[in-house]
Amino acid sequence: MNWAALVFFILGVFFALTGHLGLLKAPDVFTRLQTSSTCSTTSVLSILIACMLLSGISPFTGKVAAITIFFIITNPVATHIIARYAWEEGIVPWRRQK
Amino acid sequence: MEFSLPLIIDWTIAFLLGSCIVGIIRIIIGPSTADRLTALNLVGSQVIALLVVTAFRAGSPVYLDVAMVYSVFGFLGVLAITRYLSNRSKSK
Repeated sequence: MNWAALVFFILGVFFALTGHLGLLKAPDVFTRLQTSSTCSTTSVLSILIACMLLSGISPFTGKVAAITIFFIITNPVATHIIARYAWEEGIVPWRRQK
Repeated sequence: MEFSLPLIIDWTIAFLLGSCIVGIIRIIIGPSTADRLTALNLVGSQVIALLVVTAFRAGSPVYLDVAMVYSVFGFLGVLAITRYLSNRSKSK
């Protein structure tokens, strides 16, 4: 059980690292939204799964599962809201210079 | 090969704190409002993971209630900010 939790912790740290790299280095609002949203969802999910594996069957696991279900519903919705706001503001998506 | 679990949890907490600092840098230098909202969403999700890991390390489930309320209000905050700003730009 501990080794599975270790693997999930390392996965979470790796996904968070790539997400923050994309947040710092990407050229546009939409590309930043893509990298940060997908990587933050997967990294937080991995870390919560690792905590659930470590605590076994207990009330702690139930609370963490409730937080996981709520988070996996609301984070893509919030990303979609931000993307729609940026599109309605008239921000032109970034293209590679030819 | 053995590894110590509290050490790994400590390193995870330190990494999450450092990544929050990176997100706050993007909030400060972000050129537009959507950039700042993106970084704010990212920092909010990292803080949820930080609170859950802290709850496991401290052994007290009180932090989990804080994480639940934080996730609800982070989502409602993003919704309210975008709705307010788009109404303001439409009425102009």
